[in-house]
Amino acid sequence: MRPFTYERATSARDAAAKVAGRPGARFIAGGTNLLDLMKLEIETPTHLIDVNGLGFDKIEDMQDGGVRVGALVSNTALASHPRIRRDYGLISRATVAGASGQLRNKATTAGNLLQRTRCSYFYDTNMPCNKRQPGSGCAALGGFSRQLGVIGISDACIATHPSDMAIALRALDASVETIKADGSTRTIPIADFHRLPGNTPHIENALERGELITAVTLPRPIGGTHIYHKVRDRASYAFALISIGAIIQKDGTGRVAVGGVAPKPWRVEAAEAEMPQGAKAVTAKLLAGARPTHHNEFKLTLVERTLGAVMAEAKG
Amino acid sequence: MAIATTPQLDAAQPVPASPPPAMPVSLEVNGKRRQLEVDTRTTLLDVLRDHLHLTGTKKGCDHGQCGACTVIVNGERINSCLSLAVMHEGDRITTIEGLGTPDKLHPMQAAFVRHDGFQCGYCTPGQICSAVAVLDEIRAGVPSHVTASLTEAPQVTNAEMRERMSGNICRCGAYSNILEAMTEVAGDGA
Repeated sequence: MRPFTYERATSARDAAAKVAGRPGARFIAGGTNLLDLMKLEIETPTHLIDVNGLGFDKIEDMQDGGVRVGALVSNTALASHPRIRRDYGLISRATVAGASGQLRNKATTAGNLLQRTRCSYFYDTNMPCNKRQPGSGCAALGGFSRQLGVIGISDACIATHPSDMAIALRALDASVETIKADGSTRTIPIADFHRLPGNTPHIENALERGELITAVTLPRPIGGTHIYHKVRDRASYAFALISIGAIIQKDGTGRVAVGGVAPKPWRVEAAEAEMPQGAKAVTAKLLAGARPTHHNEFKLTLVERTLGAVMAEAKG
Repeated sequence: MAIATTPQLDAAQPVPASPPPAMPVSLEVNGKRRQLEVDTRTTLLDVLRDHLHLTGTKKGCDHGQCGACTVIVNGERINSCLSLAVMHEGDRITTIEGLGTPDKLHPMQAAFVRHDGFQCGYCTPGQICSAVAVLDEIRAGVPSHVTASLTEAPQVTNAEMRERMSGNICRCGAYSNILEAMTEVAGDGA
């Protein structure tokens, strides 16, 4: 690990200004992803600003009937909260499908959104990777790509976003609240938060330098049956090959977001209109234009079959 | 090649390396207040093992994948390898040495011995810290991937414990005996 200096943030605005004004400065909260990458020298910050003391660790009811989840709320606290379990079950289900108990106790809500890809070529510093080292090439394209993306990818990068929780947030139309270095705040819809790679796979989200996530907000609950179905190589503690997060109403309408297939939580609202026609029709629209490799083309069938199983389960 | 690109250094005058940034941190480890000065890069795991000589906590993968470094911080289990020591100012840390002693074993330690919950023993401190915290998590109503209903309290079942222990890898494969030990302790506490 490279040497770095460390300080504890005293205010969100101050922390944002410090990261904005100092190259090499980074926020740290749970640290479960950042420290892992620092040990491998994939991340090499020269200064860490610990934001854990800023108090963004509460889950609060909002006046419009929604819920505000503080950026620092741990994955365990989020999944366990009575209001989340009752009204936003998809979040609880998706969150406990990810990582291990130890990691969920440290990993935060904001950090979960910001975690880097698990593409093995991103992790292997002997290999070219446009995300790790812009312009160096993509070893995954001609490599072993079974785990990697099939849609929303580019010739520069075929990595997927690894989060389970984010799949639920996408299906629920959550928003991300932030503060910038100048003290201004903004709200970013989750659909616009993660970026597709294009020619700049190292730019993964809409945040500006120094912009700090303060909360994730959830709109009023929409009812329905919440199901998160994750398909993986082990029964527990493994990243998804594919995952389906669905909210299905009694009349058969609903929402579907897919994990493990794209550089961001993948949802196509137009595909949801096909739900009464069944999983095949939904998947055809959801994954239209997919460009799988021969290693991962099975994911197209797997999405369709898993969605079929989820829809059958919702019917009861 | 390497010779051509390496600057020639005068052995008599080594380039002064700036000392790595160090910071004070105060921890409560197994009930004892410990004041330390550490390189900012030092993980909680390395502080426990190398600075405080509490070598019960083990370093396995050092990347949060194996669970050998599991300790209990402020009542919650974490991977001590993925946490900086300076981020634990004032925290209450319980390691395997704080759970029990050879003369007075923690009930989970005694149950591991009774049920042969280990072979080589390397992952065992992490397994035991995790097992103790898992039973607390179930009692506190924390749901897991296998919990049937999100609106009802999870039960201490084999499936629940297996799922919740998946962050602790045992290369010897003592899993079924670990579950028997946990089942016994859970039953005693009910």
